[in-house]
Amino acid sequence: MTSIMVSRIRQKQIAQLIGSGKRLDGRELNKYRPVQVETGIIEKAEGSAKVRMGRTEVMVGVKIETGEPFSDRPSEGVLTVNSEFVPLASPEFEAGPPGEESVELARVVDRGVRESKAIDLEKLIIIPGKKALVVFVDVYVLNHDGNLIDASALAALAALMNTKVFKYEVKNGEVIKKPGFTALPMRNHPVAVTFAGISGKLVVDPWLDEEEVMDARLTISFGEDGRICAMQKGGTGTLTPQQVVEAAHIAREKAEELRRLVAKR
Amino acid sequence: MPFFLENRQIVAPGDLLAEGDYLAGNNTYRQDARIYASRLGLVEYKGRLVQVVALNTFYVPSVGDQVIGKIVEANLHGWTVNINSPYMANLRASEALDRPFKPQRDELSDFLDVGDLVLAKVISFDRTRDPSLTMREPELGKITHGQIIRVSPAKIPRIIGRKGSMITMLKKETRCNITVGQNGLIAISGSNREDERMALLAIQKIEEEAHTSGLTDRVTEMLKKGRGDTG
Amino acid sequence: MSQTTVLVSEKGIRTDGRKLNELRPIKLEVGILSNADGSAYIEQGKNKILAAVYGPREVHPRHLALPDRAVLQCRYHMAPFSVEERKSPAPSRREVELSKVIREALEPAIFLEKFPRTSIDVFIEVLQADGGTRGAGVTAASLALADAGIPMRDLVAACAAGKAGGHLVLDLNDLEDKEGEADVPVAYMPNFGAVALLQMDGLLTIEEFKQLMDLALEGCKQIYGLQKEALKAKYLAIKEEAEEVEEE
Repeated sequence: MTSIMVSRIRQKQIAQLIGSGKRLDGRELNKYRPVQVETGIIEKAEGSAKVRMGRTEVMVGVKIETGEPFSDRPSEGVLTVNSEFVPLASPEFEAGPPGEESVELARVVDRGVRESKAIDLEKLIIIPGKKALVVFVDVYVLNHDGNLIDASALAALAALMNTKVFKYEVKNGEVIKKPGFTALPMRNHPVAVTFAGISGKLVVDPWLDEEEVMDARLTISFGEDGRICAMQKGGTGTLTPQQVVEAAHIAREKAEELRRLVAKR
Repeated sequence: MPFFLENRQIVAPGDLLAEGDYLAGNNTYRQDARIYASRLGLVEYKGRLVQVVALNTFYVPSVGDQVIGKIVEANLHGWTVNINSPYMANLRASEALDRPFKPQRDELSDFLDVGDLVLAKVISFDRTRDPSLTMREPELGKITHGQIIRVSPAKIPRIIGRKGSMITMLKKETRCNITVGQNGLIAISGSNREDERMALLAIQKIEEEAHTSGLTDRVTEMLKKGRGDTG
Repeated sequence: MSQTTVLVSEKGIRTDGRKLNELRPIKLEVGILSNADGSAYIEQGKNKILAAVYGPREVHPRHLALPDRAVLQCRYHMAPFSVEERKSPAPSRREVELSKVIREALEPAIFLEKFPRTSIDVFIEVLQADGGTRGAGVTAASLALADAGIPMRDLVAACAAGKAGGHLVLDLNDLEDKEGEADVPVAYMPNFGAVALLQMDGLLTIEEFKQLMDLALEGCKQIYGLQKEALKAKYLAIKEEAEEVEEE
């Protein structure tokens, strides 16, 4: 529909405006686009959610299967996060194995969930060293209009909070499903907040045109207790240490705002 | 303090060279009022000019440069030449032959084939197009004998020396024909292998010690000794 | 996370004998590979990492070329024998992410606009890994770029700091990385006070994070000094030798 390449004139416009504290879409530097969260849309998945952040749309599906625990973590269930930038989401996306952006996104979302201990993985072990529940979190980008990381992380959180684990019993070392479900045991609710560095300023929730102009990108994920659980600088520019600390304070507030959107369900 | 270091001190990228009303010369750059080195090399302060003589560079073509290249491809109207640069060069048939090129009658590979070495001159180059070469000057053309040695293009000025003093001495002491390409390739052609070997050793020594002083004397010394040994 | 390993003793001594804010022993060598346009080797503790640069050279495939600047490509890769349990040679997702993150750390330092339509290729091979390999890789790659004669604004120095055994420590080794509470890798261009790489995993208050970032930046500054020495070393040695001969 629209060209994905931002013209030089527009690039300059965006950078200049931000330099004077305004954004082309009228937002303040610290404001997110309108965010909508829907859950439980894919009945065949154990958990699912869709997040709209402005025109960015990301869907996350959670599937639970039985498998083996990792050899270095024999008494924990397994978490694995994958991301797909499907071709219909952007003229820039091609079919094929995940590119570096997709891999990075999956790993940043994973870090947020894992380091904050959002899922109580110890409750997902079935037979220590042999059988465990495996939580597959699949991030599916449906429309790319910037800031895929925050939308994906929020959708992942909403999907996990929405996830039901089948009841089971163990007979002769085999896992047999029983009727009924329990909620996925969760201990934390991590949220990612991403900034774009443009014209020496940091803007929250960059949309696509801003991403094309940005120097550096900074994502900071916070757990519910206000502690940082993941951080990732991206982009080919740089940041000052002061900018990073400033961003951390803003991000903590923003994470709380986003978390409330998900907690209501 | 206007400038911070001694002349001919070794500097690395990011080293602060000067602050204030100075001109940023080769291999330096200016950020606000400060001038920094952008390459590893020797800093030189010449009045208001601050520059760095780089210890190692790659060759970026400059119009008028004499270069030695290797033919890597023959295409419709000429050849593609590897001139030891990030950019491949073009040599049009019309710039290689002394007479008009007739595609139906002339076979390009009869004149120059893949693998041939040429001495040529850069006639055009800008950042949007690959460099173009010519061989249509006396002294230029296919290189048919001798050895080729490759050095860092940064060392070529030292190998030529001030007003050609080093290269003149080398030719005299080794009795070899030495053709220097600005792109770091040098053709050595002597009447015997031993002379060519001495020339090679001398050039290697210059390349290694280009940043030191008293080099011309040491190389002359080395060559005289070498000649003495073999009579 | 194992509760039984004591990462820091009561006297503030770590498992490898270091103090809290001490870097591992570092050895840097420049120009060690004859084919690459630039190269460097780093040993940092038990890390052994090679970095090599080819370029600027023609871009392959052609369609990746940019009309107004060079393209920087970077590959971080671990040798199968570099870790305790043999690692498959196929690129893992971690290697894909680190290749990106390292490339983004080096890019701001290079004058890419000077060489349109070319490619600068950086290869980092981890021969032995013991924690902090992305930092050591960036440190070595910066040297390889300078060795190749590629014009740069500044060298990029990298280092990680983290929380281990409840203490804030500099330059985590593998054990501290795996068993500790947080890890903050950083890459820095000291001349410009510019952070070029920054990641974090674990759990930290904002205040703890700030302290760790500052600690890592101190480490980067020390490493930057070592980088400058290593670059100049080769030429200084030749200069001294040649000028000694002069005096004879």
